[in-house]
Amino acid sequence: MRFGVVVFPGSNCDHDCYYVIDRVLGQPVDYVWHGSTDVAGYDCLVLPGGFAYGDYLRTGAVARFSPVMKAVEKFAAAGGFVIGICNGFQILLEAGLLPGAMMRNTGLKFICRFVNIRVETASTPWTSGAQVGQVLKIPIAHNEGNYQVPHRVLVETKGQGQVVFRYCSPEGSVLPEFNPNGATENIAGVCNPEGNVLGLMPHPERASEPELGSVDGLVIWRSLLDYCGVEVAP
Amino acid sequence: MARARVYVTLKEGILDPQGKTVLRALKSLGYEEVEDLRIGKYMELALDGGDEEKLEARLLEMCEKLLANPIIENYRVEVEA
Repeated sequence: MRFGVVVFPGSNCDHDCYYVIDRVLGQPVDYVWHGSTDVAGYDCLVLPGGFAYGDYLRTGAVARFSPVMKAVEKFAAAGGFVIGICNGFQILLEAGLLPGAMMRNTGLKFICRFVNIRVETASTPWTSGAQVGQVLKIPIAHNEGNYQVPHRVLVETKGQGQVVFRYCSPEGSVLPEFNPNGATENIAGVCNPEGNVLGLMPHPERASEPELGSVDGLVIWRSLLDYCGVEVAP
Repeated sequence: MARARVYVTLKEGILDPQGKTVLRALKSLGYEEVEDLRIGKYMELALDGGDEEKLEARLLEMCEKLLANPIIENYRVEVEA
C-alpha cells in the first residue's frame, strides 16, 4: 500500500508519519510537496500535523488553497484514503472535506499530553480492527482543537456514523471533565459519510512504538492496512 | 485606488474563549459594567479599481472563500472607491 505524506510549509509531523509508515508498518512512502498537483499512484495520503502557512488567518485556511489540495480533493472523491492529523484535520475542515470548524481551546492553552479517546464506530476503514468502546491512549498537541459544528450538521454527522473518536476517561466514559479543549460533544475525530477521509486531533504517529509510551496509534494504521488486505508483520 | 475594510466576527452561539478571558480581565480591573465581549478580526485592503459595486461583490466572495469561515464567522465589508 503506497502512502504519500503531504508536506506544507510549516508541517512538522511529516517526518514522524513517514517514519512510522516506513519503519514500523514497512509500507512504501514518499513525501508529496504542497506545490505538487499529481498524487497518482498513492493509496493513502497523510496530511500531517504542524502549522501550515504559520496558521495565519485561521488554522488550515491558507493551506487548503495549496496546489496539492485540488489533487487531494479529487483523490478523496474517487475513494482514495485521506487522513488528516491535527493541523491536517484543520486543513480538511477548511477545505470542506469534513464537517465543522476549529476554535481556540477553551482554556486558551496549547495542550500537549496523552489523552484517551473512545472508538465510536468500527465501521470505518480506520477503525475496522477496533471494537466500539475501545479506548486508545494517544497524545494531542494543539492550540485549536475546540471542534465546533452547527447543530443541524452535527445531527447529520452523528446520524451518518461520522463521529469516529471522542475524548473520554481511561475507562471509556465520555464526560465533560475529560474534554481537553471544549470540543462539541467531546469529538476528537470525524470522517466523511463514505468513511475514506478521516480527521483527528490526536497524533497516532506519536503512539506507534512502545518506546513512546503507547502503541494504540497502530490500531488506526493497522485497521486501514487490514481493511485494504495488506499483511503487516506483527 | 479604493480602500476596503473587512470585519470578521464570531457567530452568535459560538463560544469565544479569548473574549471570555479579556472580559474577566476587564471585570477584575473594576470595569463591572462590561457584560459581554467578543473578539473578531479587522482587515484593511487596498484595491485597484473604481467600481464600488463590483469591488463589494468581489470582497464578499473573498470573505466567503478565505477571509472568514462561514461555519463559525460572520463578515461585513465597507468599500470606499
